Amino acid sequence: MIEVKHIIKSYGNGVSRFQVLQDISLEIKDGDFAVILGASGSGKSTFLNVISGLERPDSGNVLYAGTDITALSDKDLTAFRKEHVGFIFQQYYLLPNMDVDRNVKMGADLADNKDYRAVIEAVGLGEKLHKYPGELSGGEQQRVSVARALAKKPRVLFLDEPTGALDEQTGRQVLDYICRLKSEYAFAIVMVTHNLNIAEMAKTVIKMNSGKITGIYQNEIPKTAYEIGW
Amino acid sequence: MVISMLIGMKHAAKLVGISVISCCAVLVCTMFLNFYLDIRSVRGELTSELSVIFYNAQVSTAKVVCLVSGGCLLITSIVMLLFYIKHSIDTHKKELGILKALGYSNLRIAKSFWVFGISAFMGTAAGFGGAFLLMPRFYDLQNKDNILPEIALRFHPIVFLYFVLLPTIGFSVLAVGYAWCKLRKPVIVLLKNDFPSSGRTGTYKARTDCSFTDDLRRTTLRSRKVLTFFIIFASFCFSAMTQMSFSMKDLSSEMMGAMMLVIGLVLAFTTLFLAVTTVIKGNTKAIAMMRVLGYPQKECCRAILGGYRPMSYLGFAIGTGYQYILLRIMVDLVFKDVEGIPAYQFHIPAMLVSLVIFILVYESLMFVYANKIRKISMKEIMAE
Repeated sequence: MIEVKHIIKSYGNGVSRFQVLQDISLEIKDGDFAVILGASGSGKSTFLNVISGLERPDSGNVLYAGTDITALSDKDLTAFRKEHVGFIFQQYYLLPNMDVDRNVKMGADLADNKDYRAVIEAVGLGEKLHKYPGELSGGEQQRVSVARALAKKPRVLFLDEPTGALDEQTGRQVLDYICRLKSEYAFAIVMVTHNLNIAEMAKTVIKMNSGKITGIYQNEIPKTAYEIGW
Repeated sequence: MVISMLIGMKHAAKLVGISVISCCAVLVCTMFLNFYLDIRSVRGELTSELSVIFYNAQVSTAKVVCLVSGGCLLITSIVMLLFYIKHSIDTHKKELGILKALGYSNLRIAKSFWVFGISAFMGTAAGFGGAFLLMPRFYDLQNKDNILPEIALRFHPIVFLYFVLLPTIGFSVLAVGYAWCKLRKPVIVLLKNDFPSSGRTGTYKARTDCSFTDDLRRTTLRSRKVLTFFIIFASFCFSAMTQMSFSMKDLSSEMMGAMMLVIGLVLAFTTLFLAVTTVIKGNTKAIAMMRVLGYPQKECCRAILGGYRPMSYLGFAIGTGYQYILLRIMVDLVFKDVEGIPAYQFHIPAMLVSLVIFILVYESLMFVYANKIRKISMKEIMAE
């Protein structure tokens, strides 16, 4: 379980100092599919960075099964990310000089996962093992980044607008892959999006506005990627 | 406005680096070429056999140093300048696209890159001026026993043309021309990220049995072969020039020894700085992503910089061999008939001292760069 307690985060100095996250507290259960929903500038990406250990808050705590990651040293925080979390970003961030196999191996090596090619198969890229990112479509590149994240066997998968750069069909396909793999690999999902439709796929929806949580609700029957609107 | 968008303060260090390298190359070449041209004027005044032998030895020295050392420096600085012109223009592809999309003409944008010519001019002019400051003393030392008639120091316009004017014009034209060629591409191509579309440039088939970090280390090395060359060259300069400066004290003069040492160190540090910062800059995304995924800092450094360690030691070994062969040729062939030249032996203590200093300096620099790597965060690539 992830426990977030009174998180405050600001950027800038002096008069230009701006509080992006204003005293946020919540809980995300193991195996949950949580969506952080908010408009641009609401602080959702900063919140994701803080709870995933990419950024440190000014104050407050983030606890994973009782371990406070805000108190960890840089070295321990890196080890924490290695052990527990996976990331998928809007811009993929694949290594252009390495083929699909090597890009996924980047994640797999951290978990000593020798069977990482099964994940590549699972995202439907078994035939494109030796293709380079430049030879793949946007959707395929995002699927490589999904495979890279899952190959390290994370307990929590953090996604920052994963379909933001994709068209409708490819976006649905990528979300469908992620949901199917979630049931197979049993990890929790924390996804940031501004798309209200995508929020219908989640079990828990956390609404954010101006650095605050404005509401949390549960979807009784989450929809699939092909049932939601776009 | 265009120039400030393309060449910011961050690039000033690289432009200064280019100036420093041009300065060193032109300093050495100007001194020896000018000396070669001036010494020829006393050929008709030689009366004794000793003076003819000494004259021939001096002419040969000037030729050897100018061709072997100066030529080597000149070619390397040309390669380095061309690489950085290409690198700077390639890394500004997006900005070029934005300016083109806004309606700036290709020529107007391309013209901003003439600044590389200014950078080369500052270096070559400083090297040329520096050579003229040192030459009176250098001429005296070359003829300290007065075996030859007095060699007058003259200004040769052709040397100025070859070493200052032509490089300045050449590099300006090259930079503007290369930018102009890039700008002929459609705006949309300029704005897009450059991904290799196949296993060609900068990519290679990985071995299945090695780890990701080993793969990345190999890829980093192979994708920018010219940077590997620069790192070998930096170590080569350090090794050859420091060891040569020990021997030069005995064979020529303390001034020559000190000059060799200073040029060697300046070249080595400048080249290493330019090469390693380019390596790190070129791998920022890979480093940031590795850190996000949870690779420890040590592994990130090993993957990005580790591959260059054996290359730098190779450069040191080549430099050791080069300086030995060069001095052997000078002593055994060029000065073989000149009396008073001490016997030349491989200077083991000089090699060992140079090696120890080299290891300390190289590893300290890598430690500094490892700290730079530690500071790279995901925010840097997200902000792009």
